[in-house]
Amino acid sequence: MLTPLRLILATLMMALPMLAMNSHAHAAAVTTRASEFKLANGMQVIVIPDHRAPVITHMVWYRVGAADEERGTSGIAHFLEHLMFKSTEKIAVGEFSKIVGRLGGQDNAFTGHDATAYFQRVSKDRLPKMMEMEADRMVNLRLDEKEVLTERDVILEERRSRIENNPSAILSEQMNAALYLNHPYGVPVIGWYHEMAKLSRDDALTYYKRYYAPNNAILVVSGDVTADEVKSMAEAAYGKIPANPAVITTRVRPQDPPQIVPRRLELKDARAGNYSFHRDYVAPSYKTAKPGEAEALDLLMKIAASGSTSRMYKKLVVEAKVASSAGGDYSGHGLDSGTISVYGIAADGVPLEKLEAMTDAVFVDIAKNGVTAAELERAKSSYIADYVYESDNQATLARRYGWNLAVGRTVADVESWPDAISKVTLDQVKQVAGEYLDIRRSVTGYLVPDKSGVADRGGPPAAPAASSVVR
Amino acid sequence: MTRSSTPAATGVRFAAFFGARLALAMLALATSLTLSRPAIAMNIQTVKSPGGIEAWLVEEHGVPLLALRFAFDGGNSQDPVGKDGIANFITAMMDEGAGDVTSAEFQERMEDIAMRMSFDDSKDALYGSFETLTVNRDKAIGLLKLAVQKPRFDTDAVERIRQQLLANLAYSDKDPDKVAGREWYATAFAGHPYGRPSNGSVETVSKITNEDLKAFHKRTFAKSNLKVVVVGDIDAVALGAMLDDVFGGLPDKADLAPVAKTEPVRAKQQIIEMNVPQSVAVFGLGAMPRKDPDFMAAFVINHILGGGGFSAKLMEEVREKRGLAYSVYTYIQPYQHASILSGGVATKNESMAESLSIIRAELKKMADQGPSDDDLKSAKDYLTGSYALRFDTNSKIASQLLGLQQEGFGIDYVDKRNKIIEAITMDDVKRVAKRLLIADDMIVTVVGKPVGLGKTVAPAAAGAAPAAATGAAPAAKAANPG
Repeated sequence: MLTPLRLILATLMMALPMLAMNSHAHAAAVTTRASEFKLANGMQVIVIPDHRAPVITHMVWYRVGAADEERGTSGIAHFLEHLMFKSTEKIAVGEFSKIVGRLGGQDNAFTGHDATAYFQRVSKDRLPKMMEMEADRMVNLRLDEKEVLTERDVILEERRSRIENNPSAILSEQMNAALYLNHPYGVPVIGWYHEMAKLSRDDALTYYKRYYAPNNAILVVSGDVTADEVKSMAEAAYGKIPANPAVITTRVRPQDPPQIVPRRLELKDARAGNYSFHRDYVAPSYKTAKPGEAEALDLLMKIAASGSTSRMYKKLVVEAKVASSAGGDYSGHGLDSGTISVYGIAADGVPLEKLEAMTDAVFVDIAKNGVTAAELERAKSSYIADYVYESDNQATLARRYGWNLAVGRTVADVESWPDAISKVTLDQVKQVAGEYLDIRRSVTGYLVPDKSGVADRGGPPAAPAASSVVR
Repeated sequence: MTRSSTPAATGVRFAAFFGARLALAMLALATSLTLSRPAIAMNIQTVKSPGGIEAWLVEEHGVPLLALRFAFDGGNSQDPVGKDGIANFITAMMDEGAGDVTSAEFQERMEDIAMRMSFDDSKDALYGSFETLTVNRDKAIGLLKLAVQKPRFDTDAVERIRQQLLANLAYSDKDPDKVAGREWYATAFAGHPYGRPSNGSVETVSKITNEDLKAFHKRTFAKSNLKVVVVGDIDAVALGAMLDDVFGGLPDKADLAPVAKTEPVRAKQQIIEMNVPQSVAVFGLGAMPRKDPDFMAAFVINHILGGGGFSAKLMEEVREKRGLAYSVYTYIQPYQHASILSGGVATKNESMAESLSIIRAELKKMADQGPSDDDLKSAKDYLTGSYALRFDTNSKIASQLLGLQQEGFGIDYVDKRNKIIEAITMDDVKRVAKRLLIADDMIVTVVGKPVGLGKTVAPAAAGAAPAAATGAAPAAKAANPG
């Protein structure tokens, strides 16, 4: 018996009017329908009500990220994100998070290639204060030379933790650099060490002044609040900041030439616990794809590689037993490009070439014969259910809307996603498999334990390249 | 795909990467809210099924979802000697077939009805997490029942999972964070089940048989050691039937091996050489048990010292002032048989000695002088104000309540908790800081190539002191204590 996809969809649809009514305090968050409006200064606002608990998630997203950095200053987007917690005229050094904490709130921030976001989670009555503080640092940041240098040491330690101490992360970073021939997605969000070590106060302020302004920002508030309430608070806090006409709001990055040659890398590292095979492909993203393509890619990779019901897992792990684990996914959230990533961890003594060949065979089969109707139905219901499950969490919702809006997608895009997924056909899945699982668009990486060392077995998948780095 | 460089206790601060499509990936956010009003507006019911199984229920009909969290007391401290890693092994086997449904079919059925089920082990319990959409509830409960009562442990599946576990161990053995955690526990709790590796070793995992798994399941999945919380779209009557259905067929009594109360050793330092540019240290001390009258004061002290993210003293001194580390933190973890205050720091090899000496100095300072009035007020304001942030989703509510059940509190704790924190005085905090923060007793495990740290073991003070343990983060299986 196959999934009650239609039932799930029906549940979803029923929930929508409930939310729109916003009536009784407990009519909660299922696929909350967001409201959207703009302030006079150009700041975009999204409100996602969820009245189950008297708390809110307040986020400000900037439509700028590591892929917008000037060449030679890699890491500045993320570095500035750290420095945004330093001081303004009103907030003393290091006080920002402490004030939020004293108000019973939690705060943090993160940086990706395409967006940078700051957020607080706090009781609803503190929302005006959060807005006041966030608006203040949008334009009034003060940076002291010494603090900048100290914080630079912190991000270098962060890089050591995330990358240098971990051979999987090193390989992942190298593969990403090889995957993009010209596009700045090839530069790690956290930055290259040698460039991070030279980042200056001036670099940070230049970047800040160039990109941080209300007309380049999106306010997202989810939780126990209405659109009207947010509107008046936002006008009071953010509305008084004038738009900055000089801010660069167009996002034109160097694009890749056609990908015509497969690339291969091998990292030998004594610290690798296992032999593992990795493959990344350049694919379109939701933003760049033709209608339905990105949805088809999501479904394709769910069926081909995600979890124990996937083709790759069944073939490599269950049947042939050449891998102790295997899997992958499609990441379609980028402004300029998406990626398809797969990995396999070799079973004892199995050469990585074997895993690679079997992975290729799985892909060739799908490109040639497509997937089954049962597989497609199962993948669809799984995604649509995810969408419903995620509506349980206001912070997740804020993040979902914020990210999409930050790369120029719309509220309607977000909310019609389950419907778009449900419409994907078998032919579309087959088509994207044929077009994008093309070796010429890919980088293949082998992680090989350098002999001297220990066990000759596989390990968990490499951490994915940092597509986002948290404060 | 998230990677957290801090334990659950410090939560959000450094969470990590967007992995998945559309940035839909779950973000492990913690929650907060201020309670000038009634604490948490939430109606917790206690439900007893016709068959006598008890559960806590919070009805929430606004979202067509159901979240179920349950725990069987026992956990990996029940792993027989020489078979370390059994509890962890079982958690990986629970969706590998049950009843007459074999592995692949079981997983496909789960996916068909979009049911979520996962299991996890800790030192003291084995946890189950289950979520379903209301439309699929009956089918999902059917599968959960099979998994809980009749897991198959087919040879083919066991061997496949074994290879995955061994691969994980091979990875962990080279990961400085994992090694530091494991070795810290091994040192702090040598000779006690808490000192044994939760995930076992290559040697033990290689030896675990199907029969071992069956025996462990039979021994530890029972009604007598079961705790259940349900949040979501279900009423008490339907829940009663569901409890009997899912758990009614289990044995009445668990057959648990006794685990002794213990305390960590004291004053040890060990360095494990690994060729990495950044050393990782885990440090810790014994702390007071959860029901000790001083526990909540210790909880507040931990927040001020290292648990409070950017408000914490260690963060201030090690990261903000000196740029020595990205991550430095502490947490307090009351296990059932020992309690610890533990923490960690990661810094380039050249800075480890300095970082550890700053950490020691901050512990001493807090023990000698206590916090400032401002520090104490800020901590109490945060801890009370943010409590509601732990209760803003069905699954978080379920995890929080399960934690309270396991700690032996009643449903009234949710309303009393902030008053307990508000009542803590400066005298309490100073007294408890002296009792808790004995810097010279610290057990420190460093992995890497730290410069300027001796290899000697510091003199051990004899006698009884509080207990300690650390290592892997105290996974967010249940809730943070306090």
